[in-house]
Amino acid sequence: MQAKTKFEFKLGAATREAFGKALVELGKTNRDIVVCDADLSKSTFTNLFAKEFPDRFFECGIAESNMVAIGAGLAASGKIPFVSSFSAFVLNKGFEQLRVTAAYPNINLKVVGTHSGISIGEDGPSQMSIEDLSLACSLPGFSVLSPADEVSMTALMKVAVQHKGPMFIRAGRAKAPIVYSTDHRFEIGKSAQLADGEDVTILATGLLVAEALRAHELLDAEGIAARVIDLYSIKPIDRAAIEQASRQTGALVVGEEHLTDCGLGVRVAQVVAETNPCPVEFVGIDNTYAESGSPDQLLDKYGLRAANLVDAVRRVLRRRH
Amino acid sequence: MKKTSNVEELQAIAKQIRREIVEMITTAKSGHPGGSLSAVEIVVTLFFDTLKIDPQNPHWPDRDRFMLSKGHAAPVLYTVMAECGYCPKDQLNTLRKLGSIYQGHPDVRFLPALDASTGSLGQGISVGIGMALAAKLDHSPARTYVVVGDGETQEGQIWEAAMFAGDKGVDNLVCITDNNGMQLDGFVKDILPLEPLADKWRAFNWHTIEVDGHDIAQLQKAFAEAAATKGKPTSIIAHTIKGKGVSFMENNPKFHGMAPTEDECKRALLELV
Repeated sequence: MQAKTKFEFKLGAATREAFGKALVELGKTNRDIVVCDADLSKSTFTNLFAKEFPDRFFECGIAESNMVAIGAGLAASGKIPFVSSFSAFVLNKGFEQLRVTAAYPNINLKVVGTHSGISIGEDGPSQMSIEDLSLACSLPGFSVLSPADEVSMTALMKVAVQHKGPMFIRAGRAKAPIVYSTDHRFEIGKSAQLADGEDVTILATGLLVAEALRAHELLDAEGIAARVIDLYSIKPIDRAAIEQASRQTGALVVGEEHLTDCGLGVRVAQVVAETNPCPVEFVGIDNTYAESGSPDQLLDKYGLRAANLVDAVRRVLRRRH
Repeated sequence: MKKTSNVEELQAIAKQIRREIVEMITTAKSGHPGGSLSAVEIVVTLFFDTLKIDPQNPHWPDRDRFMLSKGHAAPVLYTVMAECGYCPKDQLNTLRKLGSIYQGHPDVRFLPALDASTGSLGQGISVGIGMALAAKLDHSPARTYVVVGDGETQEGQIWEAAMFAGDKGVDNLVCITDNNGMQLDGFVKDILPLEPLADKWRAFNWHTIEVDGHDIAQLQKAFAEAAATKGKPTSIIAHTIKGKGVSFMENNPKFHGMAPTEDECKRALLELV
């Protein structure tokens, strides 16, 4: 069950909704922004942009490969295209196009995958994206961002428009707890330390950031001071923050709503191995597909809660001593 | 570059291009002569007559775009671009060598004058649609031309793109099929037949023209008809001969993806005079 702590988060909009609203705001001042969707605009919230700027919205139908490559062509001619669908579809069906038409020529294409992770709930595994970070990070030159809440999504959308180069942004379906104040500064390749601690560090992304803050509270009651870092920039990753955490706390736990054997965790482990080796434990989806259920039921069953992070902290501290 | 609409002059350029294709692939010791030779008149007519381009200003925003979606025919594009003055002729013999601007398949990182990197079949029309839509948004007269192989149109994405462009009336887009009837494993008709190909494009709402792809006058007429066609993209099915111009390469599957030997190169050049 979801742990009760004194961290009381206000439930904000889903990151997909924040994405759709940010697109409209950015589109008002930047006429180069264009948007493509593959018959899911009501779910990805690109319908907001379509309504406001119909000339700059291209409904591509259920044909993701074509959509991604059209986006690449728009980018090659100087536009700033955002192509959007569920992560499971735009990355898997559009992957070869992302590789050859976007990554290889280093095109300024922005890909936004919504409905990432298992918290989409009842629709089940065919719609759940649990490998998107791995796929996106395997594309040379791509930046990969994974905002935790509406504040960070809104801010990172501005960053995305200013940045020149291919990018994947991960969004979720579920309403997300607000973990940021509006004045936080976000940068590609950086992270945010959201709680202090010297005993252990929990590095998380997406919905796991709020769970990590809840875990911080639970551990605090046991006298364990856990640092919490939001790694919203999956690639490039904040190597300095990871190295510092490993040097100062000597034990790390990584939490992600993604397969553990190819996601954020292995990227953190690579940095740790290259800088200051220390024990690392991984919380995420372990070599399986999920199932239908309510988002809360699924996050409980597949072990993506504060309690799971707390267990991992206990394991990693045992390994350190 | 000297542009020309004169058919005899274009034919002379085509012959010169064929010689350079055979020589550069022979020197490289690997490459795709058959599908390069079949597309010579298409690419020569476009670059020397039809396309509004300026090799001295390759990124001019209102230029026409060209994409060789069948990227394995890179030698025809490189020799034509070099002849136009986009890139040095004296480096054509570095094809496929480490660091060469003439990579195995067209690569914008090495040859920035290209409009796109290609090589994985099926994607060029979609990218072309993106460029054509951008031109419309910018009220630019730029037109986009994509050359695909007939075997390439077995890819599903071709028909996703065909459906989209036909429905949206992307009339500043032209797709030319180098319909040489062959692919790596043999004849298209034996592997996965496309016929009736023209009917398929018409069914997807493209203005469709069939031409002899080695007849420059027919190609010129088709490109003019495409430019005059409003509300629909144009599909030009150019019937060609794989390995065209070299008797022992014509319709010979061996020369889809194999370089001529030195001796074969000499024999080929004797025919291309």
